[in-house]
Amino acid sequence: MGNKSTNGIQKLSKKRSIKLLKSIGSEESLKILERMYTIRAFEEKAEQLYSLGKTHGTMHLSIGQEATSLGACKAVRSGYDYLLNHHRGHGHCLAWGAELNLMMAEFMGKETGYCRGRGGSMHIADVERNNLGANGIVAGGIPMSVGVGLSIQMRATDQVCLVIFGDGAANTGPFHEALNMASIWNLPVIFLCENNQYAMSMAVKRAFNIDFISQRSSSYGIPGVTVDGNDFLAVYDVVSKAAKRARQGKGPTLVESLTYRWLGHSKSDRQLYRTREEVKEWRARDPIVRFANRLIRAAFLAEEDLETIKSRVDQSIQDALAFAESSPEPDVGTIMEGVYAD
Amino acid sequence: MLTETQTEREDAQTIRELTYAEALREALQQAMQADETVFLLGEDIGVYGGAFGVTAGLVDEFGPERVRDTPISEAAIAGACAGAALTGMHPVGEIQFMDFVTLSMEQLALQAAKVRFMFGGKASVPMVLRMPAGSGTGAAAQHSESLENLLVHIPGLKVVMPSNAYDAKGLLLSSIYDGNPVMFVEHKLLYKTKSHVPEDMYQIPLSQANVVRVGRDLTVVATSIMVSRAEEAAKQLSGEGIELEIIDPRTLNPLDDTAIINSVIKTGRAIVIHEAVTTGGYGGEVVARIVGSRAFDYLEAPVRRLAGLDIPIPYNRELERHAVPQVENIIQEARNLVRGAY
Repeated sequence: MGNKSTNGIQKLSKKRSIKLLKSIGSEESLKILERMYTIRAFEEKAEQLYSLGKTHGTMHLSIGQEATSLGACKAVRSGYDYLLNHHRGHGHCLAWGAELNLMMAEFMGKETGYCRGRGGSMHIADVERNNLGANGIVAGGIPMSVGVGLSIQMRATDQVCLVIFGDGAANTGPFHEALNMASIWNLPVIFLCENNQYAMSMAVKRAFNIDFISQRSSSYGIPGVTVDGNDFLAVYDVVSKAAKRARQGKGPTLVESLTYRWLGHSKSDRQLYRTREEVKEWRARDPIVRFANRLIRAAFLAEEDLETIKSRVDQSIQDALAFAESSPEPDVGTIMEGVYAD
Repeated sequence: MLTETQTEREDAQTIRELTYAEALREALQQAMQADETVFLLGEDIGVYGGAFGVTAGLVDEFGPERVRDTPISEAAIAGACAGAALTGMHPVGEIQFMDFVTLSMEQLALQAAKVRFMFGGKASVPMVLRMPAGSGTGAAAQHSESLENLLVHIPGLKVVMPSNAYDAKGLLLSSIYDGNPVMFVEHKLLYKTKSHVPEDMYQIPLSQANVVRVGRDLTVVATSIMVSRAEEAAKQLSGEGIELEIIDPRTLNPLDDTAIINSVIKTGRAIVIHEAVTTGGYGGEVVARIVGSRAFDYLEAPVRRLAGLDIPIPYNRELERHAVPQVENIIQEARNLVRGAY
């Protein structure tokens, strides 16, 4: 059991990043890049569909946070390990390997969607692949991750549970209860705080009196680390280490990933709580551009291939939309289904 | 109810009696012996044996991992149950006093109850949360509540309230294997009451009401400790020529209202009795089911509720007694109703 808390952002050395990239390999790296573009394209399409009045209800878009989604989900074994995530969850779900068609259909409330149109944007789950769902309640997934960790430990598998939540969640009571419980029982849980600087309008600077949310880990006697959440490799590295630790029976880790949401909290947001300069500054640190440049430098990617990737992504979004639009609405006669297990 | 031959056979075997607490313990013990995925967690349930002794000795047989003491963290207890249940386990949590379930409500109402529906029926949450309710112990306002109707109001949760030792065992075993989140509401004053409890692992189906006593004049729908009080009242009223028919729903949600409606058709009169406060209580639901059914045509008197006063439970012994229905209140109400004095 460690009791360390970093007093700064975990640095990823050039040497280590080259090593990591080599171990991931060119083919997988390009897939990861393509998924990042897919997340962004999905979010852009979601926003467009909303403004055209084609979707029902609100949504929380994760543009700008793609590196954290991919870095975390690629560091564990999606489909074998478990995922619990939060309301701004499209990116995590896609990074976990969701099928675009089923996601788009769920977003559009169709019967063919992941949750038969019952969950929508905020509750997409893929239970078959151990994605236990996005959560509309801030910190809602954190206590459940303790149960998942406990289940893994009692079934004696080498699975881990990745639970992703926002900075706002770290100020709720259940965060405290759950991290303490996971620590005393040494559970294989990775607590990933995706700090995008704002809980709706509440700035992290106003909501916390500490420099890093990861410092909270010291209260629970577990390691805590803060990482540049816009750097895929940095997130991947830190979460990989946390996963390894968990699998070795060394217990949970609190990871704080520093990132930024480019768009508003949801559709009602007039963004009066932050400046345009700040948004501009963060947009300049685009996590996708950053990873693409790294791949170009590593000679995994030629600049001219980028357009091919982007057009393939656009096509997949178009196909998903066509699938969703041609899918049936849920039959009202089935409205009572799923409340109880038979 | 036993047939005559069954009764004779039981007599020959010398009928075994257990207390309500012992019956619950035996259910837990047998379920844990039969199935490794069943485990217990809660505050002081291990060496201490639970605040009311229900789990006494189980830690010796099954060890501290399957009879798991938790910190005082009601949100995380409920969440841990939900997470473990989602991933293949059958947790049975204990909330030390039902009052404290208010601290678990987010994980119960917004997570455990809803994930199956939200995920299109593709997940299940086979968990039980046991909790002792009720007044009569001098524990005052924060340790004496009967909050079952808070839970009844949440689709996705089942609510079970056993009124005797025999039912306690059979209903708990059914609840563990039900496949849904079951809120299992016990009564503190019933823990030491005895009845015949077979050694076999038997299940009493959920959502099946029990006709506790057959009578022609008045249907009494009573829950939990009010069942035995109604039985006591019935004995005394029988001497006056008034015969009560007592129905114990046993499962409050989903409710078996057929037994109730059929009984009211026969008697033409009904009273609903529970300990929880009157306003917004379960009685209102039962009354609505009766008057909204064909039993309406058979009514000879108003359908009434006899329930707790709309106050917190007071500490003083006499005040406490007066806060909830007692045998004499039931006698008075029943007499008035049958004699037309309302």
